Amino acid sequence: MSPLRAALRKDLLLHWRTRAQVVAVYGFGASALLLFSFAVGPSAGVLREHAAGFLWLGLLLSSTLTLAESFHAEAEHRALEGLLLLPVSPRALYYAKALANALALAALGAGLVPVMVILYDAATPRIPALLGIILLGSAGLSAPGTLYAAMTSQARARQTLLPLLLFPLVVPVLLAAVKGTALLIHGDPMGQLRSWALLLVCFNVIHWSLCGLLFERVVED
Amino acid sequence: MTPDPWAIEASGLGRRYGRRWALADVSLAVRRGVRLMVTGRNGSGKSTLLRVLATAARADRGTARVAGYDIRAARDEVRRRVALLDHRSGLYDALSARENLHVSATFLGAEAARRVPGLLCTVGLAERADDPVSAYSAGMRKRLSLARALLQEAEVYLLDEPYGELDPPGFRLLDAALDDLKEKGATVLLASHLLERGRERCDEAIVLDEGRLAWSGPAADLREAGAPA
Amino acid sequence: MRADRFPYAMLALGFPLLLWGSYWGLFLAPGETYMGDVQRIMYVHVPTAWNAMLALTFAFACAVLFLLRGDPAWDARLEGALEVGVTLSGLLCLQGAIWAKPTWGVWWDWDPRLTTTAVMVFAFGGILALRQFVDDPVKRATWSAVAAVIAYVDVPIVYFSVKWWNSLHQTQSSPETVSRAFHWPLRINAVGMLFLMTGLISLRARLAALRRDEELAPPGPR
Repeated sequence: MSPLRAALRKDLLLHWRTRAQVVAVYGFGASALLLFSFAVGPSAGVLREHAAGFLWLGLLLSSTLTLAESFHAEAEHRALEGLLLLPVSPRALYYAKALANALALAALGAGLVPVMVILYDAATPRIPALLGIILLGSAGLSAPGTLYAAMTSQARARQTLLPLLLFPLVVPVLLAAVKGTALLIHGDPMGQLRSWALLLVCFNVIHWSLCGLLFERVVED
Repeated sequence: MTPDPWAIEASGLGRRYGRRWALADVSLAVRRGVRLMVTGRNGSGKSTLLRVLATAARADRGTARVAGYDIRAARDEVRRRVALLDHRSGLYDALSARENLHVSATFLGAEAARRVPGLLCTVGLAERADDPVSAYSAGMRKRLSLARALLQEAEVYLLDEPYGELDPPGFRLLDAALDDLKEKGATVLLASHLLERGRERCDEAIVLDEGRLAWSGPAADLREAGAPA
Repeated sequence: MRADRFPYAMLALGFPLLLWGSYWGLFLAPGETYMGDVQRIMYVHVPTAWNAMLALTFAFACAVLFLLRGDPAWDARLEGALEVGVTLSGLLCLQGAIWAKPTWGVWWDWDPRLTTTAVMVFAFGGILALRQFVDDPVKRATWSAVAAVIAYVDVPIVYFSVKWWNSLHQTQSSPETVSRAFHWPLRINAVGMLFLMTGLISLRARLAALRRDEELAPPGPR
């Protein structure tokens, strides 16, 4: 079995075993969406107009929990170090973890869509396109997020450091994903969705390669 | 080509944590097949020495060759031939014992996967192999960590306080494993406070004090409190 | 010693140039046709923008060199470049706000360049925060370098995404897009600021290097 497949198997198994936490994170995300509506007021028009933004803000905030948790199991008893000493290629470990995180975030995002539909009356008939944007956005959050989660799991003040480092970097993801989602909800007369999706793809290509290259430097002592 | 007779050659090894040099200046040479006891007070640098030799921690000064490879220049080659049993278990709490071993085995190859059931028996965890490690006692975790180290079939074993947390049956188990490793010709570094066991089971010994080598000699000459004879 | 005096020489060159250029720009240059005196901020704003970008580009170079060579001197320079770059970027945002209020009536007009600068302040400032929370000097240097590389590579992506995001709304101008009657005060200020910046980065890097030497001191004798 290739190291990447072996590592992916490990990470998916870990995610499956800790699936109870996923429920908790989902609850956090859903309550964030609820709080946004309280903050903005019950005007249906306003809520619908900003639904895309709320969805992605909720997902972004929840992502810090998921990402941090993904390295908690690795750092707790130095399990990741144990694997690196076998030796296992750090790159394989990174891509497996980032992929598993991307899938987890995409599942979370997809799960929050019904909440968005109900609370903000914001639906779209183009479900596959919406899932595509959610997948691209989740991948964009996961690539740098996994690297920084690995870093901050070893540092002090890790709860504050991860969002502090990650949020400025993923501004393009937030902008593109929100715009893309808004176009799907409100209509896309000028066909701009493609451009935003392309931006997400570019972001992903750059960060998945760069972070994969740099991960080894972050986990070696 | 004659095989390198030295399993470990270290010169001036040092590692700092903050202001403190946990390992200050350690030089040693260990022949293949030797069982070396590493002892000393708490904080004398035993764990750090093992971790640096295993390439789990970087060396801030000095050089070392382990299993014939340089710890900086050929790190992966060293890792392939060395197994470390660390204080921290290296286990995933959410997975079972069997799954933990299989995670390592999938990276080591198909042959390693076949050894998993046997190892679980050897360390006495066969009955609870499918319980999550989070439910394990400290002693059981130690047994599982030992199984994980043995899974690697390494040339050099670096064991940090392996007797810690084990019960008397666990002691016997570890002794048997050490004898087995001796037969296979593996080199073992054993960091421990248990001087009696060290004298019995090890060939040579070193005493560390504040990160430096305070004494080295045959294990039989070790006295209480880690002082030389 | 030449090397010792270098930063002070830079500061000595920079200050008078900056004073001269600012005086010229503020008092002697003709006012702009439509906006009058408010536009004079451009004589400080443009040099700040150029130098902020230079500082952060230098930080990126230091980061790459540290990752490739492992020489702690590059980490010291990275620290200096980050601090100066973040400070200049912060000043840039402040200048942008000062210009926007009388011109557009709002403190922030979401101009793509300025918005990207704000994101950069957070991104690179975050790296400075990271450095405070890592005790091991080697880890601190490696992680800062990794973060600096990622943040810098991200800058153009942030710029384009904000530009597209903003283009759907308005096309407000920033001080630079206004036609310039006089280049000289601007250039003098830019060069003056460059000298100042070089001196400050050099001094700051020296301080970081001294601290590093203390941290990396070899073990004392028994």
